[in-house]
Amino acid sequence: MCLAIPIRVEALLPDQMARVTLGGISKVVSIALVEDVRVGDYVLLHVGYALTRLDPEEAERTLAHMREAAVPGLPAMPSLSAVEAAA
Amino acid sequence: MSSPRLRARKLDIRGGLVDLSHGAGGRASAQLIDEIFREAFDNPFLEQGNDQAAFDVPAGRMVMSTDGYVIWPLFFPGGDIGSLAVHGTINDLAMAGARPLHLAASYILEEGFPLADLQRIAQSMGRAASQAGVAIVTGDTKVVERGKADGVFITTTGIGLVPAGLDLSGDRARPGDRVILSGSIGDHGVAVMSKRSSLGFETEIQSDSAALHGLVAAMVAAAGPSLRLLRDPTRGGLATTLNEIAQQSRCGFLIEESSIPVRPEVAAACELLGLDPLYVANEGKLVAVAEPGVTDALLAVMRAHPLGREASVIGEVTADDEYFVQMTTSFGGGRIVDWLAGEQLPRIC
Amino acid sequence: MKYIDEYRDGGLARSIAASIAREAVLDRHYRFMEFCGGHTHAISRYGIEDLLPSNVEMVHGPGCPVCVLPVGRIDDAIRLAMRPEVTLCTYADLMRVPASGGASLLKAKAAGADIRMIYSSMDAVLIAEAEPARQVVFFAIGFETTTPSTALSIGLARRKQLTNFSVFCNHVLTPPAIRAILDIKNLPEVERVLVDGFVGPAHVSTVIGTAPYVALAAEFEKPVVVAGFEPLDVVQAILMLVRQVNEGRCEVENQYIRAVTTGGNLIAQREIAEIFELRKTFEWRGLGELPVSALRLRDAYAQYDAEQRFDVVPVPAADNPACECGDVLRGLKKPSECKLFGTVCSPETPMGSCMVSPEGACAAHWTYGRFRDRAKASAMQDAA
Repeated sequence: MCLAIPIRVEALLPDQMARVTLGGISKVVSIALVEDVRVGDYVLLHVGYALTRLDPEEAERTLAHMREAAVPGLPAMPSLSAVEAAA
Repeated sequence: MSSPRLRARKLDIRGGLVDLSHGAGGRASAQLIDEIFREAFDNPFLEQGNDQAAFDVPAGRMVMSTDGYVIWPLFFPGGDIGSLAVHGTINDLAMAGARPLHLAASYILEEGFPLADLQRIAQSMGRAASQAGVAIVTGDTKVVERGKADGVFITTTGIGLVPAGLDLSGDRARPGDRVILSGSIGDHGVAVMSKRSSLGFETEIQSDSAALHGLVAAMVAAAGPSLRLLRDPTRGGLATTLNEIAQQSRCGFLIEESSIPVRPEVAAACELLGLDPLYVANEGKLVAVAEPGVTDALLAVMRAHPLGREASVIGEVTADDEYFVQMTTSFGGGRIVDWLAGEQLPRIC
Repeated sequence: MKYIDEYRDGGLARSIAASIAREAVLDRHYRFMEFCGGHTHAISRYGIEDLLPSNVEMVHGPGCPVCVLPVGRIDDAIRLAMRPEVTLCTYADLMRVPASGGASLLKAKAAGADIRMIYSSMDAVLIAEAEPARQVVFFAIGFETTTPSTALSIGLARRKQLTNFSVFCNHVLTPPAIRAILDIKNLPEVERVLVDGFVGPAHVSTVIGTAPYVALAAEFEKPVVVAGFEPLDVVQAILMLVRQVNEGRCEVENQYIRAVTTGGNLIAQREIAEIFELRKTFEWRGLGELPVSALRLRDAYAQYDAEQRFDVVPVPAADNPACECGDVLRGLKKPSECKLFGTVCSPETPMGSCMVSPEGACAAHWTYGRFRDRAKASAMQDAA
């Protein structure tokens, strides 16, 4: 529930640590809570610790579900000025 | 036969430290000023060796500005406290549309501060000033006991000349005016934060610290009186600047998030730390508010200038008696961009 | 940014929202509670309520660990920090939360207390190692997402044989809080929060899995959809909840399949169980005393328990009487319905934690929602 972000594992380090990167920013964090981490994996980072690995297949499946749920020909998003004009 | 003049030993810049004698006003002070500051700033005013600089003043409207610099760490990717002190005060003058004339610099040094670092800072200031075509014509140094200052605090004061007929002011924004941003936001704040070891991240991001008066001169020439105001979004970021202007001009803003340039690394650092780039400091960017008719001309001259390549229209001024800065998010929804409350602190959740 | 940007696609979000509008039964009102403060923040920041049809309403829940921390615990932390030998390490979120008598950690720091803002509990251990003369106390808060990191930091302190590190533990649990929201039969009518389902927390669930919600969903007959943190995740989860309600289902569904499993993170659960045990009861702002809803250190780790090391005696502390954080936290009131909102209470002068914490419902509404109030108000005026 708290701020946790997906971040890529670049290198494994001793003492259950790893170097991770996001958009060119790199950080050294703990991977003690996740088993079998490999370089190239994406993990969820929260206060300096990786919480879990992100599953790329499930991520794809999620996006596919979302596209299925979408109604084609989306309605126009009311712009803020239109909201004010209506008000 | 005359006696040989006593040759004082040169400062040991490599290994030496600032000590209390350097602030006492005696021989040691003079030597510090001579070998570090005069050496770095190298101009006829300082060569004269007076406590003040005297110069003729061109006719016209003068602008004066002053700022204190207490940044930590002192050295960061893309700059240091010295170059920042030069750029920052030049920019304050430039935001009035002024051509900067002269700078003054005063230093509060901490006992024990390495002379090598002081030289590095002084030389950085000298370079920044000369690149900007401005001289540091007078200054002062004081030394305080160890622990009473974070290495060095710098205050710079500048004067400049505003072209006749130009009246840029924060209370001149009017509904319908366009808002233009000169480039990406958040670079400086992220670069500095990356050096704070408590946050522990590394990045290639450089501070955008730069003197904007050249860009401003081109903009003033292109837009003339249709340019309402300029402001540089420093502490508190773009959000704070827009709220300040809204308050002063008694208006609101409607901004498009997707038109605001943010570097991927800055966006990533902000994700990591739970920060909003809108509130992160910039030191080489400006916000312009201008009548819609001159937007294209302004964008053209800005994009032709090295400091304005990513210039874009980010929104417009609205009539709003609550002075809200509203934003359409990239997601398509709406939000308010409010004043910063307290200091922007990294979140956990 | 991978795994982030693709879940922020506004066009796709509007399309899914159109499905919600189509499938939400016209004469039915749907009220869903997003439990987690992170979801409150996402909903506000991305204007997700703008996308929903008027008969689908989001109610903010108590899942913000800063918000549910009672004033008395902040007072305790300030008292610890004022001890000359103590270095209090805290997450930045807590610095401005109002304590008794207008105090706060930020003000205590200005008055000379050695309070340091840190990003990770590991930083506190490293400070303790680097400064053996200081008694380093880590102010630990958080739901199950954050508890494993505190557990690991205690393990690290033990391995390093540190004698100057301890934790002031305020870790709380999610399922008991959900139960407290749902268990309304003993509450008077006006105190009952009525919800049709929950958007379940994202990252708490990576740790505890989806299994703990099953009993709650069955007992109280409410659907739970565990959702990811990004706006598209939230919108999709709302659609899944609408469908469950329409079909009369009360299941636990997992929308955040890319990060959450049924069983959760077993390593994290083991680490938590090793160090912590359940407190019999714990006070929650807004929810009162909840049984077995919070953690304390086991006896084997007593030396790392700041409450024991420093003999912390809890002094009961009341909220500001006009502060309605409790009702807002439970979803009983909206931020704009609190008398103090926007008048006395603002992010610059917060009266309660809901306004201080960026995840708090009031802070979220202040930053992202006030202009909607204004548009609604003038719409109502025009209609009248």
